[in-house]
Amino acid sequence: MALKGNLRDFTITQLLNLVNLARKTGSLIIEGPTDVAQVTFRDGKLAFARLGQTDSSLATILHLNQKITAGQYRVIKERAGKMTDKELGLLLINAGYLSQEDILGSVQQYFIAIIRQLYTWVDGFFRFQPDLMPPEDKITVRLDLENLIIEGSRQMKEQEQLQEEIPSLDMALKFSERPGTNLRNVSLSVEEWRVVSYINPKNTIRQIAKANKMNDLAIRRVVFSLLQAGLVQLARPEGMPVAPVTSSSSSRPGAAPLPVTNKEEQKSLVNRLISRIRSL
Amino acid sequence: MQTVKMVITGPFSSGKTEFIRTVSEIDVVATERKISSEVEKIKESTTVAMDFGRITVDDDLVLFLFGTPGQKRFDFMWEILSEGMLGFIVMVDSTRPETFREARTILETFKAYAPTPYIVAANKQDSPDAWEVEDVKHALRLDPEVKIMPCVARNKESVKTVLLELLYGILAEMEKN
Ligand SMILES: Nc1nc2c(ncn2[C@@H]2O[C@H](COP(=O)(O)OP(=O)(O)OP(=O)(O)O)[C@@H](O)[C@H]2O)c(=O)[nH]1
Ligand SMILES: [Mg+2]
Repeated sequence: MALKGNLRDFTITQLLNLVNLARKTGSLIIEGPTDVAQVTFRDGKLAFARLGQTDSSLATILHLNQKITAGQYRVIKERAGKMTDKELGLLLINAGYLSQEDILGSVQQYFIAIIRQLYTWVDGFFRFQPDLMPPEDKITVRLDLENLIIEGSRQMKEQEQLQEEIPSLDMALKFSERPGTNLRNVSLSVEEWRVVSYINPKNTIRQIAKANKMNDLAIRRVVFSLLQAGLVQLARPEGMPVAPVTSSSSSRPGAAPLPVTNKEEQKSLVNRLISRIRSL
Repeated sequence: MQTVKMVITGPFSSGKTEFIRTVSEIDVVATERKISSEVEKIKESTTVAMDFGRITVDDDLVLFLFGTPGQKRFDFMWEILSEGMLGFIVMVDSTRPETFREARTILETFKAYAPTPYIVAANKQDSPDAWEVEDVKHALRLDPEVKIMPCVARNKESVKTVLLELLYGILAEMEKN
Protein backbone atom coordinates (compact mmCIF):
# COMPACT_ATOMS: atom_id res chain seq x y z
CA MET A 1 0.00 0.00 0.00
CA ALA A 2 1.35 3.38 -0.97
CA LEU A 3 1.14 5.46 2.15
CA LYS A 4 0.94 8.89 0.60
CA GLY A 5 -1.54 11.69 0.24
CA ASN A 6 -2.36 15.21 1.29
CA LEU A 7 -2.67 16.56 4.80
CA ARG A 8 -5.99 18.05 3.83
CA ASP A 9 -7.43 14.55 3.77
CA PHE A 10 -5.28 12.87 6.38
CA THR A 11 -3.88 14.93 9.23
CA ILE A 12 -0.54 14.61 10.99
CA THR A 13 -2.36 13.29 14.06
CA GLN A 14 -4.04 10.60 12.02
CA LEU A 15 -0.69 9.68 10.49
CA LEU A 16 0.94 9.37 13.91
CA ASN A 17 -1.94 7.23 15.03
CA LEU A 18 -1.48 4.95 12.06
CA VAL A 19 2.28 4.63 12.59
CA ASN A 20 1.67 3.88 16.25
CA LEU A 21 -0.95 1.22 15.61
CA ALA A 22 0.95 -0.47 12.80
CA ARG A 23 4.27 -0.23 14.71
CA LYS A 24 5.87 1.13 11.58
CA THR A 25 9.55 1.69 10.86
CA GLY A 26 10.62 4.29 8.32
CA SER A 27 10.28 7.98 7.56
CA LEU A 28 7.44 10.27 6.78
CA ILE A 29 8.41 12.96 4.31
CA ILE A 30 6.05 15.91 4.40
CA GLU A 31 6.24 18.69 1.87
CA GLY A 32 4.60 21.62 3.58
CA PRO A 33 3.88 25.10 2.31
CA THR A 34 7.37 26.42 3.07
CA ASP A 35 9.47 23.49 4.23
CA VAL A 36 10.06 19.79 3.91
CA ALA A 37 9.99 17.72 7.08
CA GLN A 38 11.31 14.26 7.80
CA VAL A 39 9.94 12.33 10.76
CA THR A 40 11.42 8.91 11.39
CA PHE A 41 9.94 6.07 13.43
CA ARG A 42 11.27 2.79 14.73
CA ASP A 43 8.72 0.14 15.67
CA GLY A 44 6.02 2.76 15.92
CA LYS A 45 8.02 5.07 18.17
CA LEU A 46 9.40 8.48 17.30
CA ALA A 47 13.12 8.24 16.55
CA PHE A 48 14.05 11.42 14.76
CA ALA A 49 12.71 14.59 13.15
CA ARG A 50 14.16 17.25 10.95
CA LEU A 51 12.61 20.38 9.45
CA GLY A 52 13.93 21.86 6.21
CA GLN A 53 17.47 23.11 6.22
CA THR A 54 17.43 24.33 9.81
CA ASP A 55 20.60 23.61 11.74
CA SER A 56 19.78 20.54 13.80
CA SER A 57 23.27 19.82 15.07
CA LEU A 58 23.54 18.68 18.67
CA ALA A 59 25.36 21.87 19.66
CA THR A 60 22.48 23.99 18.36
CA ILE A 61 19.86 21.81 20.02
CA LEU A 62 21.67 21.99 23.38
CA HIS A 63 22.01 25.73 23.03
CA LEU A 64 18.28 26.09 22.22
CA ASN A 65 17.48 24.05 25.32
CA GLN A 66 19.79 26.22 27.40
CA LYS A 67 21.95 23.27 28.34
CA ILE A 68 25.01 25.17 27.17
CA THR A 69 25.73 28.88 27.18
CA ALA A 70 26.23 31.02 24.10
CA GLY A 71 29.96 31.06 24.91
CA GLN A 72 30.18 27.30 25.17
CA TYR A 73 28.19 27.02 21.97
CA ARG A 74 30.67 29.20 20.14
CA VAL A 75 33.63 27.25 21.44
CA ILE A 76 32.10 23.94 20.40
CA LYS A 77 31.27 25.25 16.96
CA GLU A 78 34.85 26.47 16.54
CA ARG A 79 36.76 23.56 17.97
CA ALA A 80 34.50 20.62 17.42
CA GLY A 81 32.92 21.65 14.16
CA LYS A 82 33.93 18.42 12.47
CA MET A 83 32.70 16.12 15.21
CA THR A 84 29.53 14.12 14.67
CA ASP A 85 26.64 14.56 17.09
CA LYS A 86 27.32 11.20 18.68
CA GLU A 87 30.99 12.01 19.19
CA LEU A 88 30.19 15.40 20.66
CA GLY A 89 27.61 13.86 22.98
CA LEU A 90 30.11 11.33 24.26
CA LEU A 91 32.70 14.03 24.76
CA LEU A 92 30.33 16.21 26.79
CA ILE A 93 29.27 13.27 28.94
CA ASN A 94 32.82 12.06 29.51
CA ALA A 95 34.00 15.54 30.36
CA GLY A 96 31.25 15.72 32.99
CA TYR A 97 29.50 18.70 31.44
CA LEU A 98 26.19 17.02 30.80
CA SER A 99 24.45 13.76 31.57
CA GLN A 100 23.10 11.35 29.00
CA GLU A 101 19.58 12.35 30.14
CA ASP A 102 20.34 16.01 29.48
CA ILE A 103 21.33 15.20 25.95
CA LEU A 104 18.56 12.75 25.11
CA GLY A 105 15.98 15.01 26.77
CA SER A 106 17.06 18.00 24.71
CA VAL A 107 17.04 16.06 21.49
CA GLN A 108 13.60 14.71 22.33
CA GLN A 109 12.26 18.20 23.08
CA TYR A 110 13.63 19.37 19.78
CA PHE A 111 11.84 16.59 17.87
CA ILE A 112 8.58 17.23 19.73
CA ALA A 113 8.77 20.93 18.85
CA ILE A 114 9.02 19.96 15.18
CA ILE A 115 5.95 17.73 15.43
CA ARG A 116 4.05 20.55 17.12
CA GLN A 117 4.93 22.79 14.24
CA LEU A 118 3.69 20.17 11.82
CA TYR A 119 0.29 20.24 13.52
CA THR A 120 -0.23 23.70 12.10
CA TRP A 121 0.25 22.47 8.56
CA VAL A 122 -3.12 21.92 6.98
CA ASP A 123 -1.91 21.44 3.46
CA GLY A 124 1.01 19.43 2.11
CA PHE A 125 1.94 16.17 0.45
CA PHE A 126 3.20 13.30 2.56
CA ARG A 127 4.70 9.93 1.77
CA PHE A 128 6.04 7.15 3.94
CA GLN A 129 9.40 5.64 3.05
CA PRO A 130 10.01 2.40 4.94
CA ASP A 131 13.67 2.27 3.93
CA LEU A 132 14.66 5.79 4.91
CA MET A 133 16.43 6.12 8.26
CA PRO A 134 18.31 9.10 9.71
CA PRO A 135 22.04 9.45 9.03
CA GLU A 136 24.19 7.08 11.13
CA ASP A 137 25.83 9.85 13.12
CA LYS A 138 22.60 11.43 14.36
CA ILE A 139 21.35 10.85 17.87
CA THR A 140 17.93 9.21 17.92
CA VAL A 141 15.32 8.64 20.65
CA ARG A 142 12.55 6.13 21.35
CA LEU A 143 9.46 8.12 22.24
CA ASP A 144 5.96 6.70 22.58
CA LEU A 145 3.59 8.52 20.26
CA GLU A 146 0.50 8.35 22.49
CA ASN A 147 0.97 11.70 24.20
CA LEU A 148 1.72 13.45 20.95
CA ILE A 149 -1.40 11.96 19.41
CA ILE A 150 -3.58 13.17 22.28
CA GLU A 151 -2.06 16.62 22.05
CA GLY A 152 -2.61 16.65 18.30
CA SER A 153 -6.26 15.74 18.54
CA ARG A 154 -6.82 18.51 21.05
CA GLN A 155 -5.25 20.97 18.67
CA MET A 156 -7.29 19.63 15.82
CA LYS A 157 -10.47 20.23 17.78
CA GLU A 158 -9.39 23.77 18.44
CA GLN A 159 -8.60 24.22 14.78
CA GLU A 160 -12.04 22.96 13.80
CA GLN A 161 -13.74 25.30 16.23
CA LEU A 162 -11.76 28.24 14.96
CA GLN A 163 -12.61 27.26 11.43
CA GLU A 164 -16.27 27.39 12.37
CA GLU A 165 -16.00 30.73 14.10
CA ILE A 166 -14.03 32.30 11.27
CA PRO A 167 -15.20 30.48 8.17
CA SER A 168 -13.27 32.58 5.71
CA LEU A 169 -9.93 34.35 5.86
CA ASP A 170 -11.02 36.49 2.94
CA MET A 171 -13.13 38.65 5.20
CA ALA A 172 -11.84 41.94 6.51
CA LEU A 173 -11.96 43.21 10.09
CA LYS A 174 -13.38 46.41 11.43
CA PHE A 175 -13.50 47.86 14.89
CA SER A 176 -16.67 47.03 16.70
CA GLU A 177 -19.20 49.83 16.92
CA ARG A 178 -20.36 48.48 20.23
CA PRO A 179 -20.40 51.25 22.79
CA GLY A 180 -18.01 50.94 25.68
CA THR A 181 -15.22 49.14 23.95
CA ASN A 182 -12.11 51.20 24.04
CA LEU A 183 -8.86 49.80 22.81
CA ARG A 184 -6.94 51.79 25.37
CA ASN A 185 -8.60 49.95 28.20
CA VAL A 186 -7.73 46.43 27.19
CA SER A 187 -4.44 44.70 27.41
CA LEU A 188 -3.49 43.04 24.19
CA SER A 189 -0.61 40.69 23.54
CA VAL A 190 2.09 41.75 21.13
CA GLU A 191 0.63 39.44 18.51
CA GLU A 192 -2.83 40.92 18.99
CA TRP A 193 -1.49 44.45 18.66
CA ARG A 194 0.24 43.53 15.44
CA VAL A 195 -3.04 42.30 14.01
CA VAL A 196 -4.96 45.28 15.38
CA SER A 197 -2.55 47.65 13.69
CA TYR A 198 -3.52 46.26 10.31
CA ILE A 199 -7.28 46.45 10.79
CA ASN A 200 -8.72 48.22 7.81
CA PRO A 201 -11.65 47.42 5.53
CA LYS A 202 -9.14 47.08 2.70
CA ASN A 203 -7.16 44.26 4.33
CA THR A 204 -8.46 40.72 4.40
CA ILE A 205 -7.56 38.53 7.37
CA ARG A 206 -5.36 36.54 5.02
CA GLN A 207 -3.41 39.65 4.05
CA ILE A 208 -3.00 40.62 7.69
CA ALA A 209 -1.66 37.15 8.43
CA LYS A 210 0.79 37.42 5.57
CA ALA A 211 2.01 40.82 6.65
CA ASN A 212 2.64 39.46 10.13
CA LYS A 213 4.05 36.14 8.92
CA MET A 214 1.40 34.24 10.84
CA ASN A 215 0.03 30.89 9.76
CA ASP A 216 -3.70 30.15 9.46
CA LEU A 217 -4.02 28.75 12.93
CA ALA A 218 -2.16 31.60 14.57
CA ILE A 219 -4.16 34.34 12.86
CA ARG A 220 -7.43 32.54 13.58
CA ARG A 221 -6.52 32.34 17.26
CA VAL A 222 -5.80 36.04 17.44
CA VAL A 223 -8.86 37.09 15.45
CA PHE A 224 -11.01 34.82 17.57
CA SER A 225 -9.79 36.34 20.80
CA LEU A 226 -10.41 39.83 19.42
CA LEU A 227 -13.91 38.81 18.36
CA GLN A 228 -14.55 37.26 21.76
CA ALA A 229 -13.46 40.45 23.44
CA GLY A 230 -15.95 42.31 21.28
CA LEU A 231 -13.26 44.55 19.87
CA VAL A 232 -13.64 43.71 16.23
CA GLN A 233 -16.22 42.45 13.81
CA LEU A 234 -15.90 40.57 10.59
CA ALA A 235 -16.59 42.78 7.61
CA ARG A 236 -16.81 42.45 3.90
CA PRO A 237 -13.55 43.67 2.41
CA GLU A 238 -13.71 46.88 0.44
CA GLY A 239 -13.53 46.36 -3.27
CA MET A 240 -14.78 42.80 -3.05
CA PRO A 241 -17.36 42.19 -5.76
CA VAL A 242 -20.77 42.59 -4.20
CA ALA A 243 -23.77 40.33 -4.68
CA PRO A 244 -23.45 38.17 -7.75
CA VAL A 245 -26.23 39.99 -9.53
CA THR A 246 -26.75 37.85 -12.54
CA SER A 247 -28.60 39.00 -15.58
CA SER A 248 -32.33 38.46 -15.81
CA SER A 249 -31.71 35.88 -18.49
CA SER A 250 -30.63 33.44 -15.79
CA SER A 251 -32.88 30.44 -15.63
CA ARG A 252 -33.00 30.22 -11.86
CA PRO A 253 -36.00 31.97 -10.33
CA GLY A 254 -35.04 35.33 -8.94
CA ALA A 255 -31.39 35.11 -9.84
CA ALA A 256 -31.05 38.87 -9.55
CA PRO A 257 -32.22 40.46 -6.30
CA LEU A 258 -34.60 42.74 -8.08
CA PRO A 259 -35.89 42.49 -11.61
CA VAL A 260 -35.88 46.28 -11.92
CA THR A 261 -32.87 48.55 -11.70
CA ASN A 262 -34.48 51.93 -11.30
CA LYS A 263 -34.43 53.03 -7.67
CA GLU A 264 -38.06 54.20 -7.53
CA GLU A 265 -39.25 51.05 -9.25
CA GLN A 266 -37.30 48.98 -6.75
CA LYS A 267 -38.92 50.73 -3.84
CA SER A 268 -42.34 50.34 -5.33
CA LEU A 269 -41.68 46.66 -5.82
CA VAL A 270 -40.70 46.19 -2.19
CA ASN A 271 -43.78 48.14 -1.16
CA ARG A 272 -45.90 45.78 -3.23
CA LEU A 273 -44.31 42.86 -1.40
CA ILE A 274 -45.05 44.54 1.91
CA SER A 275 -48.72 45.12 1.24
CA ARG A 276 -49.14 41.61 -0.08
CA ILE A 277 -47.65 40.05 3.01
CA ARG A 278 -49.69 42.29 5.28
CA SER A 279 -52.81 41.00 3.55
CA LEU A 280 -51.97 37.31 3.96
CA MET B 1 -43.38 37.85 -14.82
CA GLN B 2 -40.99 39.24 -12.24
CA THR B 3 -39.61 37.15 -9.42
CA VAL B 4 -37.73 37.97 -6.24
CA LYS B 5 -36.30 35.62 -3.71
CA MET B 6 -35.63 35.42 -0.03
CA VAL B 7 -33.60 32.78 1.72
CA ILE B 8 -34.55 31.16 5.02
CA THR B 9 -31.51 29.60 6.60
CA GLY B 10 -30.42 28.31 9.99
CA PRO B 11 -29.19 25.19 11.75
CA PHE B 12 -30.73 21.75 11.58
CA SER B 13 -34.31 21.59 12.86
CA SER B 14 -34.61 25.30 13.60
CA GLY B 15 -37.98 25.53 11.85
CA LYS B 16 -37.16 26.71 8.34
CA THR B 17 -39.55 24.33 6.59
CA GLU B 18 -42.29 25.14 9.08
CA PHE B 19 -41.78 28.87 8.48
CA ILE B 20 -42.13 28.57 4.72
CA ARG B 21 -45.02 26.14 4.97
CA THR B 22 -46.95 28.61 7.12
CA VAL B 23 -47.05 31.38 4.53
CA SER B 24 -46.54 29.67 1.21
CA GLU B 25 -49.57 29.46 -1.04
CA ILE B 26 -48.49 26.25 -2.69
CA ASP B 27 -47.63 23.13 -0.82
CA VAL B 28 -44.02 23.57 0.01
CA VAL B 29 -41.86 21.67 -2.40
CA ALA B 30 -39.74 20.21 0.32
CA THR B 31 -37.05 17.73 -0.43
CA GLU B 32 -37.35 15.92 2.84
CA ARG B 33 -35.79 12.64 3.77
CA LYS B 34 -36.34 10.31 6.67
CA ILE B 35 -33.51 10.72 9.13
CA SER B 36 -31.33 7.70 9.58
CA SER B 37 -28.43 8.82 11.73
CA GLU B 38 -28.98 8.44 15.46
CA VAL B 39 -27.36 11.72 16.42
CA GLU B 40 -29.71 13.79 14.40
CA LYS B 41 -32.79 11.78 15.22
CA ILE B 42 -34.63 14.42 17.14
CA LYS B 43 -37.30 14.49 14.45
CA GLU B 44 -38.52 12.31 11.67
CA SER B 45 -37.46 14.06 8.50
CA THR B 46 -35.02 16.74 7.35
CA THR B 47 -34.66 18.96 4.33
CA VAL B 48 -31.98 17.60 2.02
CA ALA B 49 -31.82 20.00 -0.88
CA MET B 50 -34.10 22.95 -0.30
CA ASP B 51 -37.59 24.04 0.54
CA PHE B 52 -39.35 26.12 -1.93
CA GLY B 53 -42.34 28.29 -1.17
CA ARG B 54 -44.19 30.85 -3.20
CA ILE B 55 -46.26 33.94 -2.60
CA THR B 56 -47.93 35.56 -5.58
CA VAL B 57 -47.92 39.30 -5.12
CA ASP B 58 -49.88 40.35 -8.16
CA ASP B 59 -50.22 39.60 -11.85
CA ASP B 60 -46.58 40.05 -12.59
CA LEU B 61 -44.70 39.66 -9.33
CA VAL B 62 -43.90 36.50 -7.39
CA LEU B 63 -41.92 36.10 -4.19
CA PHE B 64 -40.05 32.84 -3.74
CA LEU B 65 -38.98 31.62 -0.35
CA PHE B 66 -36.04 29.26 -0.37
CA GLY B 67 -35.19 27.23 2.68
CA THR B 68 -31.70 25.87 2.97
CA PRO B 69 -30.96 22.38 4.22
CA GLY B 70 -29.92 22.59 7.86
CA GLN B 71 -27.54 19.69 8.02
CA LYS B 72 -23.92 20.58 7.59
CA ARG B 73 -23.20 18.06 4.93
CA PHE B 74 -25.43 19.94 2.52
CA ASP B 75 -23.79 23.30 2.95
CA PHE B 76 -22.48 23.23 -0.61
CA MET B 77 -26.05 24.23 -1.51
CA TRP B 78 -25.87 27.46 0.42
CA GLU B 79 -23.93 29.54 -2.03
CA ILE B 80 -26.11 28.43 -4.91
CA LEU B 81 -29.25 29.28 -2.99
CA SER B 82 -27.96 32.63 -1.85
CA GLU B 83 -27.35 33.85 -5.37
CA GLY B 84 -29.44 36.89 -6.11
CA MET B 85 -31.40 36.94 -2.89
CA LEU B 86 -33.19 40.09 -1.79
CA GLY B 87 -32.52 39.33 1.85
CA PHE B 88 -32.24 36.42 4.23
CA ILE B 89 -33.59 35.20 7.52
CA VAL B 90 -31.52 33.17 9.95
CA MET B 91 -33.81 30.88 11.95
CA VAL B 92 -32.56 29.90 15.37
CA ASP B 93 -34.12 27.29 17.62
CA SER B 94 -34.39 29.27 20.87
CA THR B 95 -34.77 26.05 22.83
CA ARG B 96 -31.44 24.56 21.75
CA PRO B 97 -28.45 26.68 22.76
CA GLU B 98 -26.13 23.97 21.50
CA THR B 99 -27.04 25.13 17.98
CA PHE B 100 -26.25 28.82 18.54
CA ARG B 101 -22.63 28.53 17.55
CA GLU B 102 -23.59 26.98 14.26
CA ALA B 103 -26.27 29.62 13.70
CA ARG B 104 -23.58 32.25 13.98
CA THR B 105 -21.37 30.45 11.50
CA ILE B 106 -24.25 30.21 9.05
CA LEU B 107 -25.03 33.89 9.51
CA GLU B 108 -21.42 34.90 8.88
CA THR B 109 -21.22 32.65 5.85
CA PHE B 110 -24.34 34.10 4.25
CA LYS B 111 -23.22 37.61 5.05
CA ALA B 112 -20.04 36.87 3.15
CA TYR B 113 -21.97 35.64 0.12
CA ALA B 114 -23.89 38.87 -0.33
CA PRO B 115 -24.26 42.16 1.52
CA THR B 116 -28.04 41.97 1.52
CA PRO B 117 -30.19 42.86 4.52
CA TYR B 118 -30.99 40.07 6.95
CA ILE B 119 -32.65 39.43 10.25
CA VAL B 120 -32.46 36.73 12.88
CA ALA B 121 -35.64 34.94 13.97
CA ALA B 122 -35.56 33.48 17.48
CA ASN B 123 -37.94 30.65 16.73
CA LYS B 124 -40.06 28.39 18.94
CA GLN B 125 -40.86 31.21 21.34
CA ASP B 126 -44.06 29.33 22.20
CA SER B 127 -42.04 26.63 23.91
CA PRO B 128 -41.46 26.86 27.66
CA ASP B 129 -37.80 25.97 27.03
CA ALA B 130 -37.21 28.92 24.72
CA TRP B 131 -34.46 31.38 25.59
CA GLU B 132 -35.48 35.04 25.77
CA VAL B 133 -34.87 36.92 22.54
CA GLU B 134 -32.37 39.24 24.25
CA ASP B 135 -30.46 36.27 25.63
CA VAL B 136 -30.36 34.64 22.21
CA LYS B 137 -29.03 37.90 20.83
CA HIS B 138 -26.19 37.93 23.33
CA ALA B 139 -25.47 34.25 22.95
CA LEU B 140 -25.16 34.74 19.20
CA ARG B 141 -22.92 37.74 19.86
CA LEU B 142 -24.95 39.81 17.42
CA ASP B 143 -24.02 43.41 16.91
CA PRO B 144 -26.51 45.89 18.37
CA GLU B 145 -27.67 47.02 14.96
CA VAL B 146 -28.62 43.49 13.90
CA LYS B 147 -32.34 42.92 14.09
CA ILE B 148 -33.56 39.86 15.98
CA MET B 149 -37.28 39.03 16.19
CA PRO B 150 -39.25 36.60 18.30
CA CYS B 151 -40.86 33.96 16.11
CA VAL B 152 -43.29 31.07 16.21
CA ALA B 153 -42.95 29.48 12.80
CA ARG B 154 -46.28 27.67 13.16
CA ASN B 155 -48.09 30.94 13.61
CA LYS B 156 -48.96 32.87 10.48
CA GLU B 157 -49.09 36.30 12.11
CA SER B 158 -45.67 35.74 13.62
CA VAL B 159 -44.16 34.66 10.30
CA LYS B 160 -45.72 37.67 8.58
CA THR B 161 -44.21 39.99 11.16
CA VAL B 162 -40.75 38.56 10.57
CA LEU B 163 -41.06 38.80 6.79
CA LEU B 164 -42.33 42.37 7.04
CA GLU B 165 -39.51 43.39 9.33
CA LEU B 166 -37.01 42.13 6.77
CA LEU B 167 -38.81 43.99 3.99
CA TYR B 168 -38.78 47.22 6.02
CA GLY B 169 -35.07 46.72 6.46
CA ILE B 170 -34.63 46.28 2.72
CA LEU B 171 -36.62 49.43 2.08
CA ALA B 172 -34.58 51.38 4.63
CA GLU B 173 -31.40 50.19 2.95
CA MET B 174 -32.68 51.51 -0.38
CA GLU B 175 -33.50 54.90 1.16
CA LYS B 176 -29.95 55.12 2.46
CA ASN B 177 -28.19 54.56 -0.85
N1 LIG C 1 -42.85 24.62 19.40
C1 LIG C 1 -42.49 24.94 18.16
N2 LIG C 1 -42.01 23.99 17.34
C2 LIG C 1 -41.64 24.33 16.09
C3 LIG C 1 -41.75 25.65 15.63
N3 LIG C 1 -41.29 25.69 14.36
C4 LIG C 1 -40.91 24.43 14.04
N4 LIG C 1 -41.12 23.61 15.09
C5 LIG C 1 -40.85 22.17 15.14
O1 LIG C 1 -39.46 22.01 15.07
C6 LIG C 1 -39.14 20.86 14.31
C7 LIG C 1 -38.23 21.23 13.15
O2 LIG C 1 -38.94 22.03 12.21
P1 LIG C 1 -38.57 22.04 10.64
O3 LIG C 1 -39.42 23.06 10.02
O4 LIG C 1 -38.58 20.68 10.08
O5 LIG C 1 -37.08 22.54 10.75
P2 LIG C 1 -36.03 22.75 9.55
O6 LIG C 1 -35.25 23.93 9.95
O7 LIG C 1 -36.71 22.77 8.25
O8 LIG C 1 -35.15 21.46 9.70
P3 LIG C 1 -34.10 20.84 8.64
O9 LIG C 1 -34.68 20.98 7.29
O10 LIG C 1 -33.97 19.43 9.07
O11 LIG C 1 -32.86 21.59 8.86
C8 LIG C 1 -40.45 20.27 13.83
O12 LIG C 1 -40.80 19.24 14.73
C9 LIG C 1 -41.40 21.44 13.94
O13 LIG C 1 -42.70 21.02 14.17
C10 LIG C 1 -42.28 26.64 16.53
O14 LIG C 1 -42.41 27.82 16.24
N5 LIG C 1 -42.60 26.23 17.77
MG1 LIG D 1 -36.44 21.68 6.61
